[in-house]
Amino acid sequence: MEGFKTLLYKECLRFWKVGFQTVLSPVLNAVLYLLIFGHVLEDHVQPFPGVNYTAFLVPGLVMMTVLQNAFANSSSSLIQSKITGNIVFVLLPPISYREFYSAYVLAAVLRGSLCGIGVLLAALPFAHLPFAEPLWIVAFALVGGAFLASLGVIAGIWADKFDQLAAFQNFLIMPLTMLSGVFYSIHSLPGFWQGVSHFNPFFFMIDGFRYGFFGVSDVSPWASLGVVTVCFVVLAALTLQMLARGYKLRA
Amino acid sequence: MSPAIRIAGVTKRFRSLQALAGVDLEVAQGEFFGLLGPNGAGKTTLISSLAGLARPDSGTLEVMGHDVVRDYRAARLALGVVPQELVFDPFFNVREMLRIQSGYFGIRNNDDWIDEILHHLDLTEKASSNMRMLSGGMKRRALVAQALVHRPPVIVLDEPTAGVDVELRHGLWQFIRKLNQDGHTIVLTTHYLEEAESLCGRIAMLKAGRIVALDTTANLLQRFASHTLQLRLAQPVVLPSVLEACVLSRDGLQWTLGFDNFDEVGQLLAGLKSAGAEIVDMALGKPDLEQVFVGVMNQN
Repeated sequence: MEGFKTLLYKECLRFWKVGFQTVLSPVLNAVLYLLIFGHVLEDHVQPFPGVNYTAFLVPGLVMMTVLQNAFANSSSSLIQSKITGNIVFVLLPPISYREFYSAYVLAAVLRGSLCGIGVLLAALPFAHLPFAEPLWIVAFALVGGAFLASLGVIAGIWADKFDQLAAFQNFLIMPLTMLSGVFYSIHSLPGFWQGVSHFNPFFFMIDGFRYGFFGVSDVSPWASLGVVTVCFVVLAALTLQMLARGYKLRA
Repeated sequence: MSPAIRIAGVTKRFRSLQALAGVDLEVAQGEFFGLLGPNGAGKTTLISSLAGLARPDSGTLEVMGHDVVRDYRAARLALGVVPQELVFDPFFNVREMLRIQSGYFGIRNNDDWIDEILHHLDLTEKASSNMRMLSGGMKRRALVAQALVHRPPVIVLDEPTAGVDVELRHGLWQFIRKLNQDGHTIVLTTHYLEEAESLCGRIAMLKAGRIVALDTTANLLQRFASHTLQLRLAQPVVLPSVLEACVLSRDGLQWTLGFDNFDEVGQLLAGLKSAGAEIVDMALGKPDLEQVFVGVMNQN
């Protein structure tokens, strides 16, 4: 257990030491999205009855920040350690693959949550957020963050160079988050694209997370939580299987 | 008492390369053991298999009686590895790194031992320096410190003196010798054969994934090496066939002759004189591990 705690502490210390890059920068990015999109679309779009566009946008941006940073933390830490070779310091000690997985995922969820809280605090002066069902907010942030953190572990282990990781991030994570309803309600889409959105797990994360703020969503939050949890469990099992086999870590 | 290391029938293949082709080896507790071989012989693969960084295709490996797969926690607690590459985590300073490494091995509040290691490795003043700021030799010593934080009974050093200057190398060996005298088992791989000769009580030589020689250093020297007589001659001569068999090497007028005991020196000199050789300079050489290494590798 001490090994797990130390690895978790090390992973948190790692991102905290470069907090400008890992925490403040994503918060600033999200606030810029909020200011620009909010200003341009505030008077043109009302996604839910009684909810203005800027308020609608905030939960989406918070969750997008949580997800992207959870992914970035585990994936970048692992690939850096692999490429510089210091991954041996984690592989030589008696740390089980479950402890390894838990420490990387938990640290990533913590960073994602910290960034998300930062965006939320920065956005509060710009929007009225009723926090209708706060437990849903916590549940989706944790499960969604853990899902992306697991995906980050897979990407960090699979990628042999930064270029491959960037491809993973730019061609998979970014489009799926952007097309998940962060900036719009899927009811504003044509029928076909509404259907397609239901194959995107990120859509359920954003929609369920937003439900926690307004008590309104495109899909039942229970259904969304079910989808996200199943996706997380499948991905966690796959990641643990990779780690147990030592895929690309132990020759 | 179980051996410090027991390796039985270990094979490992990387695609078409047979890195280990059936290695059997035992290292007793308290030994200072040398693992030698040319590049690509399988030394690092064997060490990686022992440390759990590589998984052998077949065979078993134990550290202090603990199987490195089934009982990996106990095996890894008993083993400290100094990796060959100069690797470090650029986010942390030396003390942070050693505290973190202690935690990985389940040890909290390890500062007393960390201070002692830093002192012995002459790193005390660098404890608060980021790893990036250290010279190559200091990084190497910091790697040794990392391998020792959990006081492992078995320490494996994979070419620990590569790129380290002479003074630091001597300091490092003094510390490693002390660890050995305190009861730690040391396994060393190095390309500096004079280091292995002076430090190791027993040596295994690997070639193409197989052990081709395994004996005490003294026995290896006796079996494979001879005393040498190094000569510089004034002009070329033709030696009688009896003497010709003693010539180990010949580089222009610089000759090296081998012999097993000092009684033969008089006969060699007499033979050279009768052949008309005029000796300009002469030196005696002791048997060394380099001769053994070259001899064993050529034999196999």
